[in-house]
Amino acid sequence: MKILIVDDFSTMRRIIKNLLRDLGFTNTAEADDGKTALPRLKSGGIDFLVTDWNMPGMSGLDLLKAVRSDPDLATLPVLMVTAEAKREQIIMAAQAGVNGYIIKPFTAATLKEKIEKIFERIDS
Amino acid sequence: MTDKDRLSQVKDLLKALEEGDEQTADRILDEIAGIRESQLFIEVGRLTRQLHDAMVHFSVDSKITEIAAQEIPDAKERLRYVITMTEQAADQTLTVVEDIVPVARMLNEQATRLAENWERFLIRKMPFEEFKDMSQEITEYFNESVKSLEIMQNGLNDILMAQGFQDITGQIIRRVIAMVEDLENGMVDLIRLSSVKAASKETGMSSVELPGPVVPGVDDKKDEVATSQDDVDDLLSSLGF
Repeated sequence: MKILIVDDFSTMRRIIKNLLRDLGFTNTAEADDGKTALPRLKSGGIDFLVTDWNMPGMSGLDLLKAVRSDPDLATLPVLMVTAEAKREQIIMAAQAGVNGYIIKPFTAATLKEKIEKIFERIDS
Repeated sequence: MTDKDRLSQVKDLLKALEEGDEQTADRILDEIAGIRESQLFIEVGRLTRQLHDAMVHFSVDSKITEIAAQEIPDAKERLRYVITMTEQAADQTLTVVEDIVPVARMLNEQATRLAENWERFLIRKMPFEEFKDMSQEITEYFNESVKSLEIMQNGLNDILMAQGFQDITGQIIRRVIAMVEDLENGMVDLIRLSSVKAASKETGMSSVELPGPVVPGVDDKKDEVATSQDDVDDLLSSLGF
């Protein structure tokens, strides 16, 4: 299980990386926006995507849309971890096919719960 | 129209009046009035241009007024929130450190004492009675250290999570910088307009597409934002998630 963490703030990437390690996911990669993340995803080997929304270059929503429209990546589970909290934005992300949505600031328990929920759905 | 022309016009007028030639007198009077009128038109034109400039001024003014009336108070509120968040993060981190340091010190002291005793046992300088005590102490130490290490692990996680402030406050400060840039552009336009009569240039007001982190008291006034993870979960489940 390899997880790609995409966020323009390196502190947030480190936080998520450490939390994932605590949850048993030791194999992670990082990217600082959608533009750098997409080639990483296309080159294969990534099983799960955790992404921020508001990033320079290419936003998380655009990345999500690009993932869903790529036949090789369309089924990749995507968890959005973002400070964007407007209802219309959450709906927008849901419509674009996000698997989970966490608003910052968040807790370790929330991250665990959402990831487990996503895996439950994939397995069922 | 020179003074000489005017003088000859007046002379002609006087002559026509003296001779009782009303027709010619009227014609000359019309001519003189015409000059006045065309000067009036020039003046009206000048006033119109001034009015136009004033209107352009006004649109720049209202932009600055809007920034001053709405965005600067918002920015102040956002910056205060940055202080609150950084303070919370520092507090959270310091609290954990204060909790963990004594635990680590105690573990260290216990381990040091046990190591000394263990050394005496290895060189067979320990009476049996004392060995029984040490065995008991070692058992207690194991139990104790598992608990202590758990406390330390949880504390380290808390410190980790506290660092999330950097991302949130970074996003908020970026927005305030964008606002300051808008204000700067508005001021530059105003100066340009009032010093030189040049056409106003596009100020390049950056439209903030993504509102970013919710600042309490600023962004959560209207019911359009989710203020907690539960709100998000409720919204998503209402959409069939």
